[in-house]
Amino acid sequence: MGTSAHTALDARALRAEFPILAAPRPGGGQLHYLDSAATSQKPQRVLDAMDAYYREANANVHRGVYELAAEATERFEAGRDAVARLVNHPREATVLTKNATEAINLVAWAWGARELSDGDEVLVTMMEHHSNTVPWQLVAQMTGAVVRFCPVTPEGEIDMDAMRAMIGPRTRMVAVVHVSNTLGTINPVREIVAMAHEAGALTLVDATQSVPHMPVDAAAIGSDFLAFTGHKMCGPTGIGVLAATPERLRAMEPFLGGGEMISDVTTEGSTWNDIPWKFEAGTPPIAESVGLGEAVRFLEELGPDRIRAHERHLAQQMLDALDEVPGVTVFGPRQVERRGAAVSFSLDGVHPHDIGQFLDSKGVCVRAGHHCTKPLMRHLGVQSTARASAYLYTTEDDILALQSALAECRQWFGVA
Amino acid sequence: MGGLDDLYQQLILDHYRSRRGRGRIEGASASVHENNPVCGDECFLDILVEDGRIADIRADGDGCSISQAAASMLTEVARGKDLDEALDLVEHFRLMMHGDAEPDEDLLGDAVALEGVARYPVRVKCALLSWLALRDCIAEYRETTAMGGR
Ligand SMILES: Cc1ncc(COP(=O)(O)O)c(C=O)c1O
Repeated sequence: MGTSAHTALDARALRAEFPILAAPRPGGGQLHYLDSAATSQKPQRVLDAMDAYYREANANVHRGVYELAAEATERFEAGRDAVARLVNHPREATVLTKNATEAINLVAWAWGARELSDGDEVLVTMMEHHSNTVPWQLVAQMTGAVVRFCPVTPEGEIDMDAMRAMIGPRTRMVAVVHVSNTLGTINPVREIVAMAHEAGALTLVDATQSVPHMPVDAAAIGSDFLAFTGHKMCGPTGIGVLAATPERLRAMEPFLGGGEMISDVTTEGSTWNDIPWKFEAGTPPIAESVGLGEAVRFLEELGPDRIRAHERHLAQQMLDALDEVPGVTVFGPRQVERRGAAVSFSLDGVHPHDIGQFLDSKGVCVRAGHHCTKPLMRHLGVQSTARASAYLYTTEDDILALQSALAECRQWFGVA
Repeated sequence: MGGLDDLYQQLILDHYRSRRGRGRIEGASASVHENNPVCGDECFLDILVEDGRIADIRADGDGCSISQAAASMLTEVARGKDLDEALDLVEHFRLMMHGDAEPDEDLLGDAVALEGVARYPVRVKCALLSWLALRDCIAEYRETTAMGGR
């Protein structure tokens, strides 16, 4: 980190480092990729690091005595070091998973399934991604625990009064999203974690949409668990992270069983490896850890604070641009201090699917649907929205392209 | 822009802007409710069966232009068909959507205009939603009447 926010990111220049963004479109013009909340594009250096790993250092990790295996292990573990450093968390309590979803499931099953009982409460919010809802529902079914949903205000923020009222003696876990992938809302997770801890509950923060976009300090947030995913932060698919407190991880039983996670196995039973490997059964995502480590160095060189400043600026441009298109309704906070650069909207008379399809013909990629937040969609009273989301390589051109394509879209569907 | 014109033929936009057969049927012989897990779109389909024929058919719910136009076209072409004919119709449409059948205009009516959707895999589900709902609706009708006879 440490890079100052004084000099703004040069997003236009950064595009050259991303093969998909640098390539000309078949029909001419450039690609306006506004779906980074779903997954980010990958810079060449991440691809190179993974390629080099396979070419120079491929071997299975941890178990080999030969030099090549030691090299593979070193590169794999260096990925963990990088990601732990990025979020200011001890490396031994930084578990590498398949994705954020698996990280949350790990907590739900290894902790929840053992510790929850009839009538215990897991408190989530109405704006959670399904990956922070469904695992708790599954475990609740099995244990008799209850999953409760804290409401969201009309402005698209967590209703903190309701949250305060809902945290009670039966609350065992409070699991909240840091930045909403649908509304863009930045939630006051430090305050929520403090409230939950005061009531004796554990906390999980889904940092999937915050870690790629802004400085995130796991120690400062103070949650028991923090989950995020590699592919939304310039890294590859197939790797996610669970940063947990070391004590909690040591106290928990394993999630998945198999190779790597054991200390000893006998016909009578087994004992467990040290953390974090106790939670990493089987051959881990080795090349993916190498790629994620490189992605982290890339983000660190740019500076998470500068990425955030760039996106705050883009969020303002996006809100202003959308306001100028008649018939557009934007969901989520209006003040850019309280939101990231994922902006959901609807357009009167045109279904989000049709918006997405039409924009695609103009080289503008947006997502249309429920964004894996169906309870939130019901809460907002819509079936789906269109969502444009920006990242470090997004430029004002992309936003202008979105705006003019939306205006044309209205004409095409005869609502202009 | 050729691709877009191909997908959104004028006939589709017409059906989208003025839906035929929209709404519910009170005292329907069978009803189903389906939703598209991709986008959350919903379709309620009701049929009224008289003398083994679809005397009335209505589709309700919100969705994209493709799903709404497809539902509108379905109600036009299925009305008056006997149940086996209706099932053949659905099957032909399904094959066309998967690129496995040449569209037969006599059979499909306006729904031939949806042929271009087959090239957009994510949108195929939108077009099929109401049509497969009819298949399920007929199955439900047959199941419930099998017990009591017609
Ligand atoms: C807020 C949030 N949480 C969790 C996830 C799940 O991430 P993954 O699919 O990589 O596990 C996503 C991704 O869409 C997300 O936006």
